[in-house]
Amino acid sequence: MGKLFAHIHRYRFLLGELVKKGIKLKYRRSYLGLFWTMLEPLLNMIVLSVVFGPLLGYSNDKTFPVYILAGRLLYTLFSQGTKEATRSIRVNAAMIKKVYVPKYLYPLSYILYNYILFLISLVVLVVVSLILGIFPTWQVLLSVIPLINVFLLTLGVGMILSTIGVYFRDMEYLWNVALTLLFYCSAVFYKVEKYADSMVAWVMKLNPLFSCIDNFRSCIFGTEFNWYYTLYCFAFSVICIVIGALAFYKKQDEFVLHI
Amino acid sequence: MEQNKKDPIIQLKDIGIRFNLSSEKVDSLKDYLIKSVKRDIHYNEFWALRNVSFELERGDRLGILGLNGAGKSTLMKIIAGVYHPTEGEMKIGGSIAPLIELGAGFDMEYTGRENIFLYGSVLGYSRKFLMSKYDEIVEFSELGKFIDVPLKNYSSGMRARLGFSIATVVEPEILILDEVLSVGDAKFRKKSEKKVTDMFSRGVTVLFVSHSIEQVKSICNKAILLEHGTVVAAGSAEEVAQIYASKIK
Repeated sequence: MGKLFAHIHRYRFLLGELVKKGIKLKYRRSYLGLFWTMLEPLLNMIVLSVVFGPLLGYSNDKTFPVYILAGRLLYTLFSQGTKEATRSIRVNAAMIKKVYVPKYLYPLSYILYNYILFLISLVVLVVVSLILGIFPTWQVLLSVIPLINVFLLTLGVGMILSTIGVYFRDMEYLWNVALTLLFYCSAVFYKVEKYADSMVAWVMKLNPLFSCIDNFRSCIFGTEFNWYYTLYCFAFSVICIVIGALAFYKKQDEFVLHI
Repeated sequence: MEQNKKDPIIQLKDIGIRFNLSSEKVDSLKDYLIKSVKRDIHYNEFWALRNVSFELERGDRLGILGLNGAGKSTLMKIIAGVYHPTEGEMKIGGSIAPLIELGAGFDMEYTGRENIFLYGSVLGYSRKFLMSKYDEIVEFSELGKFIDVPLKNYSSGMRARLGFSIATVVEPEILILDEVLSVGDAKFRKKSEKKVTDMFSRGVTVLFVSHSIEQVKSICNKAILLEHGTVVAAGSAEEVAQIYASKIK
């Protein structure tokens, strides 16, 4: 473990450069640049609330857009981070084949830069909340917990996928489909209370991303914080990180032969 | 100090690397499942290198000769850490500047300036160090105002010049030269050769891959000859070059 940190310390400049590269290149040559990090979730929120607000009967709920935005932001972080982690080794094949670079830096840098963009996009959430009249209680401080949790979850799942992605290109497409399913199972645009005793609620409770989203929302709205969800998601993430790191560590020397 | 000089800086013992050349390309999950059920995955095992051993002391300059496909570049990539050897032991006792494929870490969307920091950090230099050497790199590469242009608009010669300038800005203990002394135009070639020979005179350990017997004779003191992944001759550059010359006649 100490060795790992020494290693990261030694390559911190490269990690920094890779993270910076991700952020810089994402919006290069677009007119609005980094502003898109905030504009995109905002527009998305409007679309989802216009469509699902009336459809599911939340038209009278003035805070529904905030509910959607909170869920949507966490979901986007998870989906973007894991998607890019899956591709991370293949995309950097040219470099991996020619110079020695610790390979875990690739998935890690993709997840980190998505997380930084995500943190920037939280500004929109604050602004929209205040406009729609949701003022923070002390509980907003607890939001640090789901924010850390969602990072660990993305990291764990991303590490596992990055190893699989080297051996099976199909994983990229398969994972896209899985993410669509996850989107519908994460209560991004509907409220679970309505379905409290059905199968839906049962599936939700197994979904660690939903645990994060639900807890994050309760921090914003000041409703009851679910420690059971926190613990579950944390345990799930740690197990993923351990599996992901072990698989990656065991297979990384072979990566160069498969890309 | 004298004692230290006698320590081998590079030590390779029975290094071998095996590649799996799949006879049929299996890169989709469906293919893999079907074929593994039918037990139909054949790997053509191929040893690109086998039983390669040698030792180099500080200041040694080793020439690596061999025909195309003999395993020269693979050996260099093992020493540079790109490939992990399947068997054998390897000890490296110093910092390496791999001038193998210059600009391997370049990003085409990035400008020359940004690439200096990206590629520099790939080679393990710190940001502070790169800042202090920035002017020197730009000057040596002769890119001038093109340094702020995205790399995709560079000519291949410009890219190679930038790569060479970044990679040689440090004083490495081990220098791997894989046919890179032919970078850029005649003028730049002369300049880069001078920079490399300056390093030689300061006692850097060199691994030099080349097809040119003359170059190996003039640069190296030791040499090995590779054939189908094994060392068939080793010794002084003079002797090995002669054996190689008689083989290709």
